[in-house]
Amino acid sequence: MHEMAICESIRGILEEEAARQAFSKVDRVCLEIGRLSGVEVEALKFGFDVVMRGSPAENARLEIVETPGRAWCMPCGQSITIAARYEPCPACGSHQMQVTGGDEMKIRELEVS
Amino acid sequence: MCTVCGCGAGEVRIEGKAAVGHDHDHHHGHHHDHGHDGHHHHDDHLHDYGSGPASTQAPGMSHARMVRLEKDILAKNDEYADANRSLFAERGVLALNLVSSPGSGKTTLLCRTIEALEDTLPIAVIEGDQQTSNDADRIRATGAPAVQVNTGKGCHLDAHMVGHAARHLGLADGSLLFIENVGNLVCPAGFDLGEAHKVVILSVTEGEDKPLKYPDMFHAADLMVLNKTDLLPHLDFDVDACITNARKVNPRIKVLKVSARTGEGMADWIAWVQAARRMALAGHRAATGLEGAA
Repeated sequence: MHEMAICESIRGILEEEAARQAFSKVDRVCLEIGRLSGVEVEALKFGFDVVMRGSPAENARLEIVETPGRAWCMPCGQSITIAARYEPCPACGSHQMQVTGGDEMKIRELEVS
Repeated sequence: MCTVCGCGAGEVRIEGKAAVGHDHDHHHGHHHDHGHDGHHHHDDHLHDYGSGPASTQAPGMSHARMVRLEKDILAKNDEYADANRSLFAERGVLALNLVSSPGSGKTTLLCRTIEALEDTLPIAVIEGDQQTSNDADRIRATGAPAVQVNTGKGCHLDAHMVGHAARHLGLADGSLLFIENVGNLVCPAGFDLGEAHKVVILSVTEGEDKPLKYPDMFHAADLMVLNKTDLLPHLDFDVDACITNARKVNPRIKVLKVSARTGEGMADWIAWVQAARRMALAGHRAATGLEGAA
């Protein structure tokens, strides 16, 4: 996907927060990335170090919490876990599903100094 | 600085000019192209974990603390998308975000669509490409106003670029606005531009498994236009399998089969656009005056 653009958005948020919440250095960034968000975690890690250079988060440790894809299967009437959007329901094989979670891309918390 | 949102210029160019080319008399503490001050979220808050260092913080002293953000990484884009959506609603504009691989025939489809509709309603186009104004030139040749956004290294349009381009266009009330995204089946899926619908265009020369290979895009789209159907006799493309694949990732996606070149299926596409526009106009103050125009 657009991991570099995502890293740049993260940098923008960190710089804004640094000014607003008066910190000068970010030591750790914890992200929540859903498995259906389209983000390639390895590419994000690679882009992160490059994009954060010269920012308060230069050399910051990146932690990524990956959340599972969740969907509501209409024929089964229950919530299921899926690894990809095209996967059928493991119980009934149907594709009649509504994705309910796992597309998040969030900054959860920062360790700052 | 930019009068709309106070942003700085980057690599993005609208009609060959830096997206925002004004002098800056203020400091921007960030480097990226579309960042802004002044659009803060106030729903986040600061949490200090542990009573030790945090509670003994003295001015000028630095020590580690935790800041809980819980902030969407693309929150800024979404704020701009909301602003665009309000602008479109206020003007009774139907905005369609056209997404596809490069070479699916988006621009040809657009030119044919403009030719079919330009006598009945105002149409404007935002063209997104990394470089060149070739596509905007093609659109302008039809007589419709078009603005070219060059994203430079960027692989998608974002809501901020579209906001600027829309204002640059000066949209007439009740317009139909086509946003032709950068040819890319991956990144544009993640960026809301404030459009009413994403329309994914897939040409039959591409392979019926594209919806499975690029599920995010087909999941995000409300309509799939299967283009270049005039070539089907020469190909092994399995239309039914393609539609089945699209519905695997998006059970509610609608599908139209079109050849922009021969005109086959164009009437269905035009009817879909007109129906979507009526939805956008429903309840709008411009609706009364524009009703007959749809």
